[in-house]
Amino acid sequence: MPKLPKLPAPPLPHALQAPPPRPGEGNGKVASPLDGPKEAGITVVDWVDERTSLSGGARWLMFRKVPKGTNWFYTLGSATMFAFLSQAVTGVFLAMYYRPDPSGGAYESIRHVTNEVFLGQFVRGMHKWGSSVMVILVFLHMGRTFFFGAYKYPRELNWVIGVVLLILTMVMSFTGYLLPFDQRAYWATIVGVNINGTGPLIGPYLSDFLRAGPEFGATTLSRFYAIHMLLIPGALAALIGAHLYLVAKLGTTAPPWLKAEKSSELREAEA
Amino acid sequence: MVSDKHARHKSKYTADRMIPGAFDGETVTRRRFMTGTAHTAGAIAAGSFALPALGFALGPIFKSAPHNWETVGTTNSFPNDNYVPVVMTITPGIGEAGKTTVYMRKRNPAIDVDKADQYNQFIAISTRCAHLGCPVRWVDAAERFICPCHGGVYDLLGRRVGGPPVRPLDRFYTRVEGEQVQVGPRYSVNSELDRFSPRDPGEPIDGIGQYLYPSRPSARKL
Repeated sequence: MPKLPKLPAPPLPHALQAPPPRPGEGNGKVASPLDGPKEAGITVVDWVDERTSLSGGARWLMFRKVPKGTNWFYTLGSATMFAFLSQAVTGVFLAMYYRPDPSGGAYESIRHVTNEVFLGQFVRGMHKWGSSVMVILVFLHMGRTFFFGAYKYPRELNWVIGVVLLILTMVMSFTGYLLPFDQRAYWATIVGVNINGTGPLIGPYLSDFLRAGPEFGATTLSRFYAIHMLLIPGALAALIGAHLYLVAKLGTTAPPWLKAEKSSELREAEA
Repeated sequence: MVSDKHARHKSKYTADRMIPGAFDGETVTRRRFMTGTAHTAGAIAAGSFALPALGFALGPIFKSAPHNWETVGTTNSFPNDNYVPVVMTITPGIGEAGKTTVYMRKRNPAIDVDKADQYNQFIAISTRCAHLGCPVRWVDAAERFICPCHGGVYDLLGRRVGGPPVRPLDRFYTRVEGEQVQVGPRYSVNSELDRFSPRDPGEPIDGIGQYLYPSRPSARKL
């Protein structure tokens, strides 16, 4: 039978039109074998979401209302977080080559990373310079929060967590500085530990704790290394999570130069 | 009324307090008892790993370092009017990082003001600056110990004459075994050169300082 030309569809109202084919159903046609692979991404996400309801949390976190006047200064917190992530990733890979051996091995392993490992100088450079970047960003973020008055009720706890994060970042900088184990690292650590010791009453015990004894000893370096790569990063990551949770929960503040808009009734009453 | 509600809770027996499922003579509800035991069990479980781990990390604070005596020369090696630098090991097993320089001279009754005994027939001055621990050097022309970091200056006896240090340079016990001069553990001195248990740099020990910066179990004087 010869094929007849297809007539144009009548201009039916929307409610009466046949629904468009749903993925995988083909509206009565045999499903193409390509339909499965095409939908694979959605299927996997759906499978996980059906069992975790993660999409709700992701929407809650990402699609928030932000106040009028939000500007580039509000990105400093995220910038700090990405600096931390960069430090975490480069640090994990540096740990694959680093040896916390005070009798020459530590210095030698850093020299090996810098001079011989493929991209070693680059990755170590990112970690080294990134640490300064992170400290600078932390302070800029803190300054933004202070000058915009974003630490006020109900965000005081987030300020407190932020200050703890600042202190932990400083501890990271202090403990990481010893690890190259060159002259500068050694003497800077001697001076830094002794500054800790000048705190009255607990200072002497604190510096004993840091050195693992009364003098710079055989386990001081491994102690600093463990604090630097295990103890503090865990606390940092957990507190960044709490910090972010509170940001999402409480929302961000409008910049202080923005006047609150009066409600329409108030405006009418004043007019 | 509020007072009635409180009156009902007054009795120590759960039966009197109208709690469903109460036993005769029972004073603690099963729910409360189970909550308490679960929390206690959790606390014991967490404490059983947290406390040993904490003790493991804090242990070095309470462990006293052994006293080593290291032979640095013979009784003829050191003059009594100038210093001779000697490199000695403070922490064995970690190579260069465990070594320090000590300035040695023979005791000279004409200049030394501290009381003579068996431990200071030879004077051993630590190069660890009493400000923050940088290495001082003896400058012969000036007859001063000078610190490169923040400008601490000390005289021939190690007493502060300038800069930020809070006390004189530390010293080491010395003893003479036959013809050999040996250097032992460190001690700190106040401005009268009285002996104190070794303190870290930056910690004054004159007056109230000796109590604000107490002697530590990890390092005592002899």
